[in-house]
Amino acid sequence: MIRDHFRVLVVNLSSDKGQIIQLDGRNTEVGGSGLAALLFNTYGFPERPWNDPGQPVIFAIGPLTGYFPLMSKTVCSFKSPYHDQYTESHAGGRSALSLCFANLDALVIVGKSERLCCLSLSSRSLEIKDVDFMKGMGVNESGRLFRGMSTGSGHRTIFRIGAAGENGAAMANINVDTYRHFGRLGGGAALGAKNLKGIIIHGDAVFSQPDNKEYGSLFAEVYKQVTATDMMKKYHNLGTSANLQGLNDIESLPWRNLQATSDPAIEKINGQRFATDTLLRNSACSGCPVGCIHVGCVREMFDADHRYTFKQVAYDYEMVFSLGSMLGVTDARSVLNILDVMEKAGLDAMSGGVALAWATEATEKGLLSEKETVVKLSFGDAEAYQQATEMLGNSSNDFYRLLGQGSLKAAAEYGGAEFACVLGQEMAGYATGEVFFAAQSLGFRHSHLDSGAYSYDQKHSDQDIPGVVEFLISDEAGRAFMTSMVACLFARGVYKDDLLAECLTSVGYPEIAAGIDTTGVHIQKLRWQTRIATGFTPDGITIPKRFFKIKTWKGPIDQGYLNGLKSEYGKAIIHLAGV
Amino acid sequence: MKKLIAPRIDRCIGCHSCSLACARLVHKQISWDTAGIRIKSSGGLTTGFKANHCLACDPAPCADVCPTGAFSYRKGGGVIVKKKLCINCGDCVTACPVDAIFQDYTGAVYVCIHCGRCVEFCPHNCLEMEEMDVSTKEEETA
Repeated sequence: MIRDHFRVLVVNLSSDKGQIIQLDGRNTEVGGSGLAALLFNTYGFPERPWNDPGQPVIFAIGPLTGYFPLMSKTVCSFKSPYHDQYTESHAGGRSALSLCFANLDALVIVGKSERLCCLSLSSRSLEIKDVDFMKGMGVNESGRLFRGMSTGSGHRTIFRIGAAGENGAAMANINVDTYRHFGRLGGGAALGAKNLKGIIIHGDAVFSQPDNKEYGSLFAEVYKQVTATDMMKKYHNLGTSANLQGLNDIESLPWRNLQATSDPAIEKINGQRFATDTLLRNSACSGCPVGCIHVGCVREMFDADHRYTFKQVAYDYEMVFSLGSMLGVTDARSVLNILDVMEKAGLDAMSGGVALAWATEATEKGLLSEKETVVKLSFGDAEAYQQATEMLGNSSNDFYRLLGQGSLKAAAEYGGAEFACVLGQEMAGYATGEVFFAAQSLGFRHSHLDSGAYSYDQKHSDQDIPGVVEFLISDEAGRAFMTSMVACLFARGVYKDDLLAECLTSVGYPEIAAGIDTTGVHIQKLRWQTRIATGFTPDGITIPKRFFKIKTWKGPIDQGYLNGLKSEYGKAIIHLAGV
Repeated sequence: MKKLIAPRIDRCIGCHSCSLACARLVHKQISWDTAGIRIKSSGGLTTGFKANHCLACDPAPCADVCPTGAFSYRKGGGVIVKKKLCINCGDCVTACPVDAIFQDYTGAVYVCIHCGRCVEFCPHNCLEMEEMDVSTKEEETA
């Protein structure tokens, strides 16, 4: 697996053939984000629409995948149905190790199958199977069937899409091994446009261990750091859900479509409540001993005489925000019930919840009625949200089809753009202030993980536009290197540059180790150049009025400061891209 | 004499750290296959995990069928492996009742030697080394 080039499998669904490609760039594009951008520039068509059969969907891992703990994620890149521009989405599960042990640095899928199909591969096999019988099938059911159709239990990853992906919803995700997702910006629709229901990757290759003493002792040291200290405790204890109470306390948790930023009802859906009332067990991505995945359980009596069924749903901070506080649902089990429907439909729960929150306020304001929504949407009505989610996944009428393309697309038809909680895409759950709003609006993935903006907001109350812009740009470069490794970003406190350099050197990549600073900047630039080539302009993104009307721990949002930040951050992005 | 047991496998989170440690430390490889312990989901991730590893049969059926003496009885249960004697026939793989032996594409076989090096890499303390009562078994055999 240690090699001076990239080994990439390119599968063409139009011809049912695959080809192994050797690609230069190991020391410059490294892997993950960098490799994905390199591959899009090789196989993508910036000027063609996202659903053109020729457009690639790319999955890429990093140079340390399989060799060190928490190098456990995969970058998926594609032209997004949400904004028709280049983007990335990241996921863990077994995806990274399965790709690694399939002896691939990346998988590229181009072309379009005539009928619904699945792609099955290992280091020694490649097969495209007809699965037309799975049309419209939910993610759970198709997962069960894929497991039965393939070998390699425990050592394979299974990607699949639900009805939302098949229907081209711009908020359709790619489910990874039941509990993880390439969630945001419509990767599910990118696969759906290719008639590709699922991908099964069996990791069955074996590699020699690096032939030096340093590797073994370094592995032991890294493993000790990620398990024996408190550094990662917050991720496996209550998990990210622990942040719900904290953000509510500082008036930064969006409630009821961001009509409030704090509510005493948080005690019914905070991390402690979820752990006490619903947590069934933890799970982990392959190669990560932290085990941050929190699986909640809902028991449901579906018939008299104590006929029960149960659901297991993995929850995180973001889902509890988007389907809990954002929808005014203040019962942990009800949040999981809505999340379960999101999962089966193959919808991104963050985007879906925020879109339904907009639809609820639009209903309150008389812009929508049951003529469009079929069920009456009211904040707190979990049963109605379950039904609406199913209709959203199925694109069951013109309204839900439009809402599935994004809240602003629906608002353009029905009105209410001023209260659509969209920052480049449906917001993440951080109403922390101006820095985060500007950062998510213009961030490369429109993700709270593009930079540490929400953390910056919580530590700074001064208004230093040049300082903030410098922070956002330099922080993004560091993260671009981490997502080229492809490390879980939870590990960024462990994998400082010095340790990363030691790890890279120990497995045989001294050149990458020597250039971490410049490589991160290079990949950051390459990604932005790729995005800009597909149509990105900072001026094309506006921040809806709702974000200017809220109050955080710092007081009311300062309109001039937020506009100034967005303007200067946009200029800095264009400047760094050099276009 | 000790043997590897997995008394708390219900706590397993599926990180594969044990398999990766065995492959790395015992077999000098990067793999989740070429290891004496391998983690599988027991019918999808919603139903948890199981660990395939040698249960230290005494006498060991894999050693019984080995035609070259590459596998021989280990005192108290399990096998002693002499790789140089192995002809990669794979008879041990089919003889094992619990799918504990892995055969790679070259034909080489991998089985737990009860060294315990995987134990410290389990973050949920699923694994442990248990002392075997060798003397009693020897008396029973006699």
